[in-house]
Amino acid sequence: MTEPKPGFSLKSLAGGTHAFPAGAPSLVVFVKEDCETCNTAAPVIEAIHRAYGEKLQVLMPSQSGEASALFAARHSLTFPVLDDTGCKTSFDWDIEIVPSVFWLNPDGSLRQHFEGFVRAEWQALSAGIAADLAVPQAQIDWDALPAWRPGCGSRHLYPEIFERLRAAASGDLLRARRIEIGEADDVAEFMFDQGFSDGLPLVAPTPERVLRMLGGTHRAPQDLIAVVPPNMGEATTEKVAINAVMAGCKPEYMPVLIAALEAVCTDAFNIHGVTATTMGAAPVIVVNGPIRDRIGMNKGLGALGSGNRANATIGRALRLIVGNVGGGKPGGVERSTLGNPMKYTMCFAENEERSPWPPLHVERGFNKEDSVVTVFAMTGGPVHIVDQESREPRQVAGSIGLGLESVFLPKLRNLPVDALLVVCPEHIDTLMSQGHYTKAELRARIQEVTSRPLSEMVASDTSGAGIPKATAEKMGAEKLRASAPKFAGEEYIHIVVAGSDAGKFSSAFHGWATGEIGSQSVSRKIDLG
Amino acid sequence: MTTILDPTDERKPVARQVTARPGTLSGTIGLLDIRKPRGNVLLDELERQLKAAAPGITIKRFTKPTFTKPCPDDIRRDIAAQVDYLVEALAD
Repeated sequence: MTEPKPGFSLKSLAGGTHAFPAGAPSLVVFVKEDCETCNTAAPVIEAIHRAYGEKLQVLMPSQSGEASALFAARHSLTFPVLDDTGCKTSFDWDIEIVPSVFWLNPDGSLRQHFEGFVRAEWQALSAGIAADLAVPQAQIDWDALPAWRPGCGSRHLYPEIFERLRAAASGDLLRARRIEIGEADDVAEFMFDQGFSDGLPLVAPTPERVLRMLGGTHRAPQDLIAVVPPNMGEATTEKVAINAVMAGCKPEYMPVLIAALEAVCTDAFNIHGVTATTMGAAPVIVVNGPIRDRIGMNKGLGALGSGNRANATIGRALRLIVGNVGGGKPGGVERSTLGNPMKYTMCFAENEERSPWPPLHVERGFNKEDSVVTVFAMTGGPVHIVDQESREPRQVAGSIGLGLESVFLPKLRNLPVDALLVVCPEHIDTLMSQGHYTKAELRARIQEVTSRPLSEMVASDTSGAGIPKATAEKMGAEKLRASAPKFAGEEYIHIVVAGSDAGKFSSAFHGWATGEIGSQSVSRKIDLG
Repeated sequence: MTTILDPTDERKPVARQVTARPGTLSGTIGLLDIRKPRGNVLLDELERQLKAAAPGITIKRFTKPTFTKPCPDDIRRDIAAQVDYLVEALAD
């Protein structure tokens, strides 16, 4: 015995209400007026009704609105044609094709189901019902009917109808508070007024769009992805999807966004501090692995700029989640003195194909075929490093080092601060012009060319920053003659490749306080289900 | 009617919030006559009482061209730029 089909109560064209199940054997046939095959089947159904109608309840949910009356008149139907214009019953019964035929027991459980018009199936149905009810068979000229005709797609599967129905039936899936925006209100203005925005317009997160977004991940809507500081708000997959819709993401970006959110919400990354610091830090997201091309990320021309939907909206969605779910809003916990444009979005893909080096994620212990996000807390950048003249590898590596002098302040050295260096393809070509130049060699060269005597770090009339004069006096001249490089260790220098083939312009993001009390970069494998 | 899903952690109610009330009477108060008959009489009396109750305040009067149409943008801008609070006389 099968489960009973879902009950319904629908109005007929005549105005009466018909409920299913009604405690009698039933034949329920879903149709739409403009379906040729439904029109072929209609006289057969009428004949079945006339023959067995006393013992068999025949019901015809029609999807065609006012045209249903045309259909009933065309075939002189005498059984109830029911109004399923909204297609809710079609949706509940999960049909695909019309005509969709259900012969059902008095309790609503299924005896037989088929779709379209296969003459032999209809003939067997009629005979089966007659035998079951112990009545003479309906007189139907079967030979006059076509042997086979395919049905048509059910109207409820039209995308705009299906998504509405799915959203309406999504009580178990979507649990976020539903906000009704009045007709007189402008939706975009309303979202600005509620403080949902980062200052740019948002896409309205309707239930239909959020459901579509949730289709981009295998994670269940109520799965907890992360607890988001500063308010420790719970970012479920649903909340992530809502903000992804607002940011303009496509569903296939969801796995990247989820991994990025997980990464920034770790203790190591410390999104609370990154959000709150007056220095104005923001997450920079680097994406590696096959997903870059699968979702159309930009790793080439203009990779750090505007114009690519994936780059722009993944970074934006992450920031919206921190603001909306985590409550990190400018003027609240977010206290940047100046802020920076990366607080809108900063996400790009490494140009692994143009790199002679192991890509960032491989360097950090993942397999090349893994898709991985890595997040860095950065306060400035991209700051360009312009060198169009150097032709020797050590020259261009030297320029790149000098280009990093301005991290924090050119005068300051030995900094325990991350820098994310983005080397452009033309600089790569120069670096490789005399053989393989490794990342380790580049890091060493950066440290070499930025090394200066500590005496240059002592506070002076030019700048009071650096080693206080009193400390310098205690250190003595000999200690001050010792050299210090820009970075406290080569591990603070992170290197990726991106950009187009033309142009000798590399770039760098400058970090925040790196380490346990600040932020440490975090990589997360993207879960593609 | 458009339905959207709340993107926040849902700690705060979602509704248009009333502007925070200051608790004291100070600054510049605008009185807007929308041109309904005798609205000016009501506002004259309100101005007299406000001045008596809080001598330090400044009163500025504004008048819409007609109550039948929305307030012109330039008057809205003037009001927003010049006053801290506004009382609008809607009554006949």
